[in-house]
Order: sequence, then C-alpha cells, then structure tokens
Amino acid sequence: MTEPKLFMSDAAIGEVIAGMARMLQKRLAERGITDPVMIGIHTGGVWVAEQLHKALGIAEPLGTLDISFYRDDFTRIGMNPQVRPSQIPFDVEGRHIILVDDVLQSGRTIRAALNEIFDFGRPASVCLATLIQRNGRELPIQPDVFGLEPPLQDSEHIRLRGPAPLRLEISAKALPRHAEDEE
Amino acid sequence: MAVHSNNIQLDEDGRLKHFLTTEGLPKELLTEILDIAESFAALPGRPVKKVPLLRGRIITNLFFETSTRTRTTFELAAKMLSADVLNFNIAVSATSKGETLLDTLRNLEAMHSDMFVVRHNASGAAHFIARHAAPGVSVINAGDGRHAHPTQAMLDMFTIRKHKGDFTPLKVAIVGDILHSRVARSQIHALNTLGVTEVRVIGPRTLLPTEARALGVHVYHSLEEGVKDVDVVIMLRLQKERMDGALLPSEHEYFNLYGLTDERLENAKPDAIVMHPGPINRGVEMDSSVADGPRSVILQQVSYGIAVRMAVMSMAMHVGEMGGRA
Repeated sequence: MTEPKLFMSDAAIGEVIAGMARMLQKRLAERGITDPVMIGIHTGGVWVAEQLHKALGIAEPLGTLDISFYRDDFTRIGMNPQVRPSQIPFDVEGRHIILVDDVLQSGRTIRAALNEIFDFGRPASVCLATLIQRNGRELPIQPDVFGLEPPLQDSEHIRLRGPAPLRLEISAKALPRHAEDEE
Repeated sequence: MAVHSNNIQLDEDGRLKHFLTTEGLPKELLTEILDIAESFAALPGRPVKKVPLLRGRIITNLFFETSTRTRTTFELAAKMLSADVLNFNIAVSATSKGETLLDTLRNLEAMHSDMFVVRHNASGAAHFIARHAAPGVSVINAGDGRHAHPTQAMLDMFTIRKHKGDFTPLKVAIVGDILHSRVARSQIHALNTLGVTEVRVIGPRTLLPTEARALGVHVYHSLEEGVKDVDVVIMLRLQKERMDGALLPSEHEYFNLYGLTDERLENAKPDAIVMHPGPINRGVEMDSSVADGPRSVILQQVSYGIAVRMAVMSMAMHVGEMGGRA
C-alpha cells in the first residue's frame, strides 16, 4: 500500500467546518428551529461534531453514536472489537437532530445511525452534515450540508485523522476488516 | 479431568469461535470481551433494549442440567441481540428416551441452529459438542461439571473492572468449595491472565483441590487470614449436589468457620467488594447483612452477566462471505 498523502491540515479543516456551521445556522433559521441537538458518529464524525457543536452554541451536550451494533455487514465481518457505548445524553423524542459524520460514501453508516437513533425515540427531524461527500453512494442518502466534495478516484480512500490536530489523508484504498472510516 | 485443547476456541485468525474455558485464552481476547460488554451494558437504559446484530440467527440453549438464572440470562442476551432462541431442557427430553448426545446435536443442527449454549454435568461436554458440531456452528459453555463456567468468570471480571478499574494491583480471595467449583477454576485462569497481583483460595482442606497450588494461587485455611487486605472477596456456593461423601461436618459448622460476616470482612481492604455467583445459601456462605450490605455487588453481577453474554455470543457467532454460514 502506498503512503497516504496529506490532503488538508488542521487549520484549513477548521475553516471548512466553520463554513458548515454557517450553512447549518442558515438552514436552522429558515426552518425556525431554535433548539437543535447534535449527534456525532464515531470516530471522525465526533471530532467534526465537537467543533460544530461549539460553533452553533448548542446548549445540550453532544451525543455520540457508535453504530457497530447496527451495521449491515456483521454477517460478513463480524463484531467490531473497538466498539464504544453510544451516548445520547438527551431525549431524542420530538427533537430536531443534526447528525454529523466525517465522510459520506456508501450511505450505509448513515442508514445504521438512523436505525439506532430511532431506537432512542422519534425525533421531529434529522438533518445530515458531513465534512466530506464523495462518490460511491449505494443508498438514497444525501447530505443536507457538507464541507467538501473532493474529486476522488473510486480506488482512492479519504480518511480524517485526529482528534488533534485534524488531518485529511488520501491513500490507495485498502480494505480494512473493520472499516470504521469506510465512508 | 477434562480433555481440552484450547486452540479449538479460536479460528485461524485468532478470533473467538467457541467459548469453552477461560484457560489458555490470551489477555487481549479477555480484555476485548470486557470492552465489548461495556457497550452492551448501556443497552438496558435505552427505550429499545435490543440491537439488530444477530437478527435472523438461531441460538439454542442446550441445558442438560437445570439452571434458572444462567439459562434466563443467556436467553435474554440472545433476544437483546435479536436472535431467535430455542430452549431445550434435555434432562426431561429425548436423551432420557435413549437418544445419544450426537443424535440430539444432529437433530438440532437440522433445525438450523447457529449456536449452542451448553450446560452439562459432565466435565468436557461442551468441548465434545464443539468438536462434533458442524463447521459454521459455535458453542458456548454455560457450565460443564467441575471443569469450567467461562461466562460466569468473565462477568465476574467485568464486575471487578467496573469497581476497581485496573486488575494489576488487586488481591482477590475466592472462598469456599473450590473443589467442586467450575466457577472458581474459570475465575482463577481469568484473574491470572488479566494479571492480578495475587489470587487466594480459602476453604477447608476437604473442599480445596489437591492441585490448587499448581493453578498459581495461594492457599489459606483460615478465612480471617485469607481475606486480610484483599480488594475482592468472591464467595462460592456450597455445591451440595456435587458432593459424593461427607466432606462437611455440617452447614452450621461451615458457617462458623467460613461464613462471611461483617466482622470477618473487616480484615479486607475498606473498599473491598463482595461477590457471589448465586444462588446464595444465606447463613451458610455469608450473613444476610453482608449479602445485602454496601459492599455486596451480587445483583450487579446478574445484570452484567447479560452484557458479557451478549459480547461473547456476538464475538463467537460465525461469519462468512455468504452471510450466515460460509
């Protein structure tokens, strides 16, 4: 496998996230949503969500989701040994949720995340914000807000490294057994 | 005693395939069980207390020996993983009509079971079934004779880690009927693998196995001395059903010497926790004031048992390219 190459470093990523925060603010204002809550998907999604959560001044603590128990590929790859507990420190019932992930590719992680969120209750709405959106969608899932859409070959793999400093790296695609960052 | 080769528990990639004994499993794997259980332990606090992980899988509880708590927690764990569960109480089933263990197994496999959870009064029974099960079928030992009860040991490890964090500095005393206890054997292997400072076994000579020292434990015959400065006291149930002869003068005398009382517990560390795999014989193994006291974590053990069994079942469930059995 070739060395991953740096695509973007911490400061530039921070600016992209600040831009996403402005788009989210505009979207919330248009819809008259004044009290959104936020959930980040482990691992990279949580790092992005932490910055967005701060920028939007959301009062309730950030929720974190580990979708390992909801993945649709368990029958192929089995249990993810790195699973962490999902923590949603608020009642999702009737709330407007901003769901945050780092990279949107196949859409399968988001499907799993939505399934998990609905096991916590019935939110009023869910909107999706991702740092990267890229080619490779396998499900009808699109971001409402995204930061970047880099031109990538199918064979290329983009990955957010962190938590501090954040780095976006592009490498020739490996097929990790537990592709936490697969999309 | 039991014939076992530990590599039967792992697949070629070193992942859990069957869970038959804690003996010989690497520390990393035991730690992984505890880590994964940590995530499952959060589930009961949710509105929907289950995850879709093992949806479409069939898990068969094969109990050749009666048990309420263990079977129920395995069943609950399987259901919280969205698996479908069959319960066979073989003590009153076909084997009593003369069917052999292997015939029973083949019949259950023909019902497409993906996993067997086995309890049997013969040491080595779970190994036997694991060796003869079809390639895609996993076996979990829910207690075999005097040999092993690995999920009980792991839920005890989980309880200890919850309360004490790091295993390294701990001194742990296991008290009572070590001789007949598959729980104690599995605990001793797990505690040594996880690297505690010291494991002690405390009990009358007639209830300690002669090979106790070979297991890497310190042997005490006095409870007062044995619990001195320990962090964890694990009481065992007197296995009256497994005692062949008169190994004990009387339960009353046993309590006088080895029953855990508040006074005796004073010798342990001030923050020592008291555990018991259940069911408790109150007034035999321990006073009610200890069992219901502030240092007792006995009921937590039961709750954690579900999370640990979920972890083991999800890790051992066979996976393959075709989905389900390869």
